[in-house]
Amino acid sequence: MSDVILEVRDLVKHFPVGGGFFGGKPALVKAVDGVSFSIRRGETLGLVGESGCGKTTAGRCILQLETPTSGQIIFEGQDLTGLTHQELRKVRRRMQVIFQDPYSSLNPRMTVGQIIAEPLAVHGIVPERWTRKARVTQLLSHAGLLPAMADRYPHELSGGQRQRVGVARALAMEPSLIICDEPVSALDVSIQAQIINLLEELQAEFGLTYLFVAHDLSVVRHISDRVAVMYLGKIAEITDRKSLYENPQHPYTKALLSAVPIPDPAVEAGRERVVLGGEVPSPLNPPPGCVFHPRCPIAVDECRRLVPELREVRPDHRAACLRI
Amino acid sequence: MDVLLEVRDLQTQFSTGGGVVRAVDGVSWDVRAGETVALVGESGCGKSVSALSVMRLVAAPAGRIVGGAILFKGRDLLALSDEEMRQIRGREISMIFQEPMTSLNPVLTVGRQVTETMEIHLGMTPARARGRAAEILTLVGISDPERRLGQYPHQFSGGMRQRIMVAMALTCNPALILADEPTTALDVTIQAQILELLKDLSRKLGVAMLMITHNLGIVARYADRVNVMYASRIVERGTAREIYAHPRHPYTLGLLRSVPRLDEPKKAKLAPIPGQPPDLTRLPPGCAFAPRCAFVMDRCRAERPELQSVGPEHVSACWVAGQLGQDGRG
Repeated sequence: MSDVILEVRDLVKHFPVGGGFFGGKPALVKAVDGVSFSIRRGETLGLVGESGCGKTTAGRCILQLETPTSGQIIFEGQDLTGLTHQELRKVRRRMQVIFQDPYSSLNPRMTVGQIIAEPLAVHGIVPERWTRKARVTQLLSHAGLLPAMADRYPHELSGGQRQRVGVARALAMEPSLIICDEPVSALDVSIQAQIINLLEELQAEFGLTYLFVAHDLSVVRHISDRVAVMYLGKIAEITDRKSLYENPQHPYTKALLSAVPIPDPAVEAGRERVVLGGEVPSPLNPPPGCVFHPRCPIAVDECRRLVPELREVRPDHRAACLRI
Repeated sequence: MDVLLEVRDLQTQFSTGGGVVRAVDGVSWDVRAGETVALVGESGCGKSVSALSVMRLVAAPAGRIVGGAILFKGRDLLALSDEEMRQIRGREISMIFQEPMTSLNPVLTVGRQVTETMEIHLGMTPARARGRAAEILTLVGISDPERRLGQYPHQFSGGMRQRIMVAMALTCNPALILADEPTTALDVTIQAQILELLKDLSRKLGVAMLMITHNLGIVARYADRVNVMYASRIVERGTAREIYAHPRHPYTLGLLRSVPRLDEPKKAKLAPIPGQPPDLTRLPPGCAFAPRCAFVMDRCRAERPELQSVGPEHVSACWVAGQLGQDGRG
């Protein structure tokens, strides 16, 4: 269990915006600003936060779809940041992604069978055409789809079925790590549970490791072993699921949890609510000191000056807050 | 309590290439003065079309209201002339849409958009309307309103734009607000801000609200009564407490069981509803939920159940509704 499959060390991704032609220094969007965490083989790490907190960018940096500004991404013992294109191709087989929007992540002019078969051919996993078809059928059935689906086009499928195709395509490469970027948030409530169960079944069957990027705290709690909460490019808190949900330390985590309504009026009536004022500041110009201080209910003067380090506040429970 | 809005046997249809879609098929519900009623269901169940029908904003010629009555303060909105309807729309009933960016005009200042309804409906002078607009912006929590009124929608964040939408809905002191997924596009902490704001305002000003959402948590937190829709029809209705404590329709039960909850121990496995929502052009003859239902019997496939009383103020359209309540939500 202690075998670390992925280690992210001090990851930074800054996007320059503006500036350019007429000189002028471009401004920097600090999308990810010094993030470190590790994932053990076979576990699910949930990465939660609101839009713009950098969770998706972090995922894309791990996949090397974005080149990190600095930091290291060590996957199965190999630092990905220094690899050539050729070397990356081999690594990518072991690391797959499932996107949020099953409508735009499938090629509308390919059949489901072609979509799943393409990576098998490109990477030479199943080079012969006739055996490839059998493999596609097998992958479809892993994802809970009938073999006949192979001849359909994406537009003929429902949202849930499309997301299953996305899952089958990711499985085709026999990866060890799958980055799930909001895999259920575009789906209807009754379908979300189907996909979550599917992901869990596949994890058990194939020993997969997941980085589960999402904003829905209830879903993340259900699927994750450990959870990291991000705010404005930084990790605010990271620990195992139980500690995070039962004993949150960071004021942002507390507010997030309190903002999630529970589907039971009897419980809701007696719940204490922490409603955060203000909004997430722009990552173009993050506040000095602790990035959360302008919205923090317990901020003091020094929070405006000092950047809190992510430190161990309880055994195996790290949070970035001066007030803990 | 006084019934403010009563929708009776509403039927709204759309003609499409694939056939006639009965988007709303014989639906009845009401909203009483000052209360918050929820219309819950998944995409395509007809909840938004229900609200658009009340506003008479169903897109013609494809969409048509083909039957039923919509009684607002005793007057049938479907019998009004376009001019009379304009007097009600935005003045007595206003609407908040899901996507604040697409429902604000990008080339007009926010001030122009907030004051327009007051000038038209209340005959205010531009100066007075602007003064009132500043008051309303303060009410919805936008600081420095005088300056903000001169800005354009793109200068506001998503949460602020939704506050503008709420402000616009409030300008003429409506009796009823139809809020169509008002916070779906927003982040959790901003969603909490907007919903608290809506609830405070509806209490303070006595505005009734129809809240359309797919989020069962939001309904539990804010609604007094709940209508659950599935495939163009209401399948269950009751007080929020009753619906959540004793759901009497397999669909409601399935929805409640399929979502993970923060306050309960983590379940080993979620209990999803199998299958997927039906194609509205090809509905099965009996109960539309039968193909996905855990309690299905032969009768369900042949005969469609109507809403029947299963308790005080609680109705359900299911042949086994009686048995469902016995074991609680299990």
